[in-house]
Amino acid sequence: MKLITAVVKPHRLDEIKEALQAFGVHGLTVTEASGYGRQRGHTEVYRGAEYTVDLVPKIRIEVLVEDEDAEQLIDVVVKAARTGKIGDGKVWSVPVETAVRVRTGERGPDAL
Amino acid sequence: MAPAITTLAADAPALSAANTGFMLICSALVMLMTPALAFFYGGMVRVKSTLNMLMMSFISLGIVTVLWVLFGFSMAFGTDIGSLVGWSSDYLGLSGIGITELWDGYTIPVYVFAVFQLMFAIITPALISGALADRVKFTAWALFITLWVTIVYFPVAHWVWGTGGWLFDMGVIDFAGGTAVHINAGAAALGVILVIGKRVGFKKDPMRPHSLPLVMLGAGLLWFGWFGFNAGSWLGNDDGVGAVMFVNTQVATAAAMLAWLAYEKLRHGSFTTLGAASGAVAGLVAITPSGGSCSPLGAIAIGAIAGLLCAMAVGLKYRFGYDDSLDVVGVHLVGGVVGSLLVGLFATGGVQSEAKGLFYGGGLEQLGKQAVGVFSVLAYSLLVSALLALIIDRTMGMRVSEDDEISGIDQVEHAETAYDFSGAGGGIAGRGTSVATPVLSENKKVDA
Repeated sequence: MKLITAVVKPHRLDEIKEALQAFGVHGLTVTEASGYGRQRGHTEVYRGAEYTVDLVPKIRIEVLVEDEDAEQLIDVVVKAARTGKIGDGKVWSVPVETAVRVRTGERGPDAL
Repeated sequence: MAPAITTLAADAPALSAANTGFMLICSALVMLMTPALAFFYGGMVRVKSTLNMLMMSFISLGIVTVLWVLFGFSMAFGTDIGSLVGWSSDYLGLSGIGITELWDGYTIPVYVFAVFQLMFAIITPALISGALADRVKFTAWALFITLWVTIVYFPVAHWVWGTGGWLFDMGVIDFAGGTAVHINAGAAALGVILVIGKRVGFKKDPMRPHSLPLVMLGAGLLWFGWFGFNAGSWLGNDDGVGAVMFVNTQVATAAAMLAWLAYEKLRHGSFTTLGAASGAVAGLVAITPSGGSCSPLGAIAIGAIAGLLCAMAVGLKYRFGYDDSLDVVGVHLVGGVVGSLLVGLFATGGVQSEAKGLFYGGGLEQLGKQAVGVFSVLAYSLLVSALLALIIDRTMGMRVSEDDEISGIDQVEHAETAYDFSGAGGGIAGRGTSVATPVLSENKKVDA
């Protein structure tokens, strides 16, 4: 199994969810995150005082998949997340030892 | 404050149900300004000190109300002693006042006047709190309010509005509290922060407002309540002056908001919500002393000048390094000074009194009187407030520890958190939720 993690622009979430559903993914976890890459932050002004906001709001999406689907799923996510502008984010995968479905106790790929 | 209506002895004022009803509603409007101020300030601080900011205003509703009944009303509006303070034993505990006894020269009961003025006494120390965000011990603040209203506010209210008060007798015009409320609070704020110092991280850490909608809500409620504060200060509606004040309050506030927004658009590139809220408050402050003596066009000028000057003044704290956290000095002191002095230029002589300003052929006389009012209240409040802060700081300490300030004053002083956005930790089914922690640690199999 693989854990695919995507840190992307928040407004791409619906696109990505739809693309994943079409691909046959039944569940995912979404977290609100913040960070920066090459995009860096922006400047805000309060009563004339400037604040540099380094950390930009992002969405972190996590999906567990079987090994053979991983590469294709990454492509699906990347395609749905892309706007072509700086700050589109990153997608990566890592191997996963095991997974358990809490309700039934099923282990491994059966738990996905 | 209105001069007494001149009447023949045989024609003494009778209780007016209309004026009395109006003044009770105005009193309730002014009461609302203190919670409004709490929201206005509360939205401007960081999440970790929101509750403390709200409580610094709310506690004033408690402390000052009780002090006012016990001796505050007597000190501010009792029989004059040496032009400096009042004292009437009938007013102690509000216990010697007849229920139909009228405030001298007016058509409203003494009780109504007393409760209306109480609301002013409550909001004035609350205004100071904005400069002290994030860092003052709650008990020290409560003690400060108690001493400050007793030694500063009650006497100064007497100087400005009390029969026999020295500024009142001199002819200083302060319709609703430019000197007694705003300059007084702004100067006190400056005095205290010069003693207690800056927030940890001032000028280094970003300290942006945590909730601008809360700030806008507070500013809107302040604007609304201010009609009671200003129009009510004439204590009745028999001659149209209160109506002029109402109109000028709206006009100056609008002009000041536009001026602040225009300044920051040109200077910093955006129209901000905080700028709109701040500009409105600056206009409200400036029209408070002046709205009963100027025309609506004069009110536009006064509002615009105040909006512009306050927008420029809020940057001074970074240049001079004093931490006026939420710009009490920049908005209330500067706005109060501007509004009070502009009476000397824009008084038409045709509204609350016959005193004319420079632009209406009155020469410099009224401006001179206004300057005396401004600088005497400013100096007295600044010095005494700094001294009070120094005494409290040397004895019980004014500030929370640096660690507590960094981790957040809400937890330390109030044992609460302003917002709980986490869905987690809803309790453990079948067991007491309040003892969640020990239950969890029992079940821990592996520990270090």
